[in-house]
Amino acid sequence: MTDATYVSVQRRFQTRRLTAFAIPALILLYLTYICISFDIAGLAARARLDNAAILTADFVSYKTHVTRDNRSGDLTIAIEGESKGTYAPGQRPDWVQTSGDITRIDLGKGHLVTYDSTGARYVVPGYGTIDIQPEDGKLKLTAPQPTPDWINVGDTRISVTTPQGRFAYSRSKVETFKYQPGWELFFFTLDSPFYGKTYGQLTAMLMGDRIDPARSNLALMASDFWHNKMWHHADVAWALFETLLMAFLGTMGAALVALPLAFLAAANFAPFRAVRFAFRRVFDFLRGVDGLIWTIVLARAFGPGPMTGALAILLTDTGTFGKTFSETLENIDEKQVEGVRSTGAGALQRARFGVIPQIAPVLLSQVLYYLESNTRSATVIGAIVGGGIGLLLTQAIITQKDWEEVAYYMLLIVLMVMAMDTLSGWIRRKFIKG
Amino acid sequence: MVDITFGPEPGKRPDLTNPTESYIHQTRRKRLYGFILLMLFVALMAAGFRTAEDRNAGDFLSGLHQLGDFPAEVLSEAWSNRANLPGLVWQYLPSLLETINIAATATLLGAIAGAILALGATRNLARFPLLTPLYRRTADLLRAIPEIVIALILIFILGGGPIPAVLAIALHTAGALAKLFSESAENADLKPVEGLASTGAAWSQQIWLGILPQVAPNWLSYALLRFEINVRASAILGFVGSGGIGYDLKLAMQWGGGKYDQVVAIFALLFLAIIVFDQLSAYARNRLVKGQ
Repeated sequence: MTDATYVSVQRRFQTRRLTAFAIPALILLYLTYICISFDIAGLAARARLDNAAILTADFVSYKTHVTRDNRSGDLTIAIEGESKGTYAPGQRPDWVQTSGDITRIDLGKGHLVTYDSTGARYVVPGYGTIDIQPEDGKLKLTAPQPTPDWINVGDTRISVTTPQGRFAYSRSKVETFKYQPGWELFFFTLDSPFYGKTYGQLTAMLMGDRIDPARSNLALMASDFWHNKMWHHADVAWALFETLLMAFLGTMGAALVALPLAFLAAANFAPFRAVRFAFRRVFDFLRGVDGLIWTIVLARAFGPGPMTGALAILLTDTGTFGKTFSETLENIDEKQVEGVRSTGAGALQRARFGVIPQIAPVLLSQVLYYLESNTRSATVIGAIVGGGIGLLLTQAIITQKDWEEVAYYMLLIVLMVMAMDTLSGWIRRKFIKG
Repeated sequence: MVDITFGPEPGKRPDLTNPTESYIHQTRRKRLYGFILLMLFVALMAAGFRTAEDRNAGDFLSGLHQLGDFPAEVLSEAWSNRANLPGLVWQYLPSLLETINIAATATLLGAIAGAILALGATRNLARFPLLTPLYRRTADLLRAIPEIVIALILIFILGGGPIPAVLAIALHTAGALAKLFSESAENADLKPVEGLASTGAAWSQQIWLGILPQVAPNWLSYALLRFEINVRASAILGFVGSGGIGYDLKLAMQWGGGKYDQVVAIFALLFLAIIVFDQLSAYARNRLVKGQ
């Protein structure tokens, strides 16, 4: 080994060793800068862990509100506190018992809440009895001292939070929330004759006498499920369809627009260099402006709705497809085109029989890939233009109360994207690999 | 059925033993199927478009006339206030930096997580080959959840700011990159690994010294491509949720007329940033994949 090579090898080793340390060090430095600039330290103070607890509890359970109006003495029992989920007087669940003025609510594990004419009491096992009585417009609390932090005491409102449920007393009303696992009323609401029946009973009802003489029990069951007033299955299905429609129209429309234009932007097909240059810049512009800005501009012209979303996807992807299609066109095998030309074919025929068969599999694969990725984008765009499942999801999150609906929509979106992924993979294998 | 309905009239059935006629017959049939498929597709597109238009607030043709109105209004107002523009661009530069930092951090974290997932999901490299399906399904799931879902939920828990956006984009990026990383790792040459194994190198050393140098150019190129996508995603998330220049854009848009100079400044910054990062990353990717 000559000295010169030895030195150069040594030097290369040294630079390698240096980069091996320098790159992780740079990454670390950048992340430190991010930690400071994004105020990670302040995150602990801002984070609302109680919100996280509500959210995870709500994802897998539902709550039933037992409310007494303290002025009129009326008692309502409603799932999620919604009028659509209110139990009819004769239908009350067995954990609520009423006799005269007294209401007893069994929250489970020995937790008992009693409403009576003097006020309300909550018996917490291992702690004692929390007794609340209104006196001269104020609330008087009698409970074992010292008051623990899960009892929140104010002049006009006292609330108690335990693992079994929540309880709140204010001057106007007293409320108890009981949490139960599952998504209640998912299939049938309380006013449906099929509510609360087991699968065996439902099958028996299918065979049995007609409940509604006008239609069969199966039709009634399907309609009760489809028009469920709590979960709106029909609307949700329509929203999913709208999202898919946006992705489909946008992607396919973009492919149809981009295909002829790509010929004009490909070096081997463009009639003049200037044309090619111009079309390339148009594609760059369409891509560079980005879906967000297109969405905003188009929403001003066409108003909110799925067509606006589809057009926004169409414009952005015309840029993307124009670029990738023209690159594909530049890489074709010229021999096949020559062969077609030798038969005396015109430009259109050469394109149809010499070029399209070569590029079709590549193009189809790209289009399918974007169709899948646009299903996801259509969810976000839907949230901006007001269409599809994206809108339902953002609305459900903004109201911050029906988290089980949020979980349901999330599940549906994930399933939809995965289904599109599987479908596009299947089509790709079927058509491209033969 | 089809050839009875659409083919030559009965009695003159083509003689399929004759190769020429058989070929013509086959081509005609293929063309017919292609035509039917095309018609079906066109009908589907048209019907879909009509449905979408019905559900839209405004219809297509009348909207087409107004397409230029909003940009014209915005631009003319910005033009009359053009003296403000340099100042506004300067004012929004920190927000743009935040958007880019969100994208960069998310890409970095996502690439690290994606690499771990990819190594676990690649059959001939995995430390625990039995767990590969688990890693794969995790990656699939992460890829399928749209960023906006995670972002909005994290905003509820963590409050506004850039961190929910970073985490949301990073999770999606991890899933997307894991798939691409694992595909390129599958094609890696295993001989260096065998050589290292023969010297008694541990699994981590085999990967670090035998696989990573091989896949690094590809992985970096995928990560850069993802960074381009993430710059756009972080702008959109800002608009829907919080943080970065997207949020400023939403505030300026909500104001309506009178703040259009701000809208133009933000549009211009965003457009330039996207173009610049696209070009930079395309250049870097070309160098990485095609060599110097």
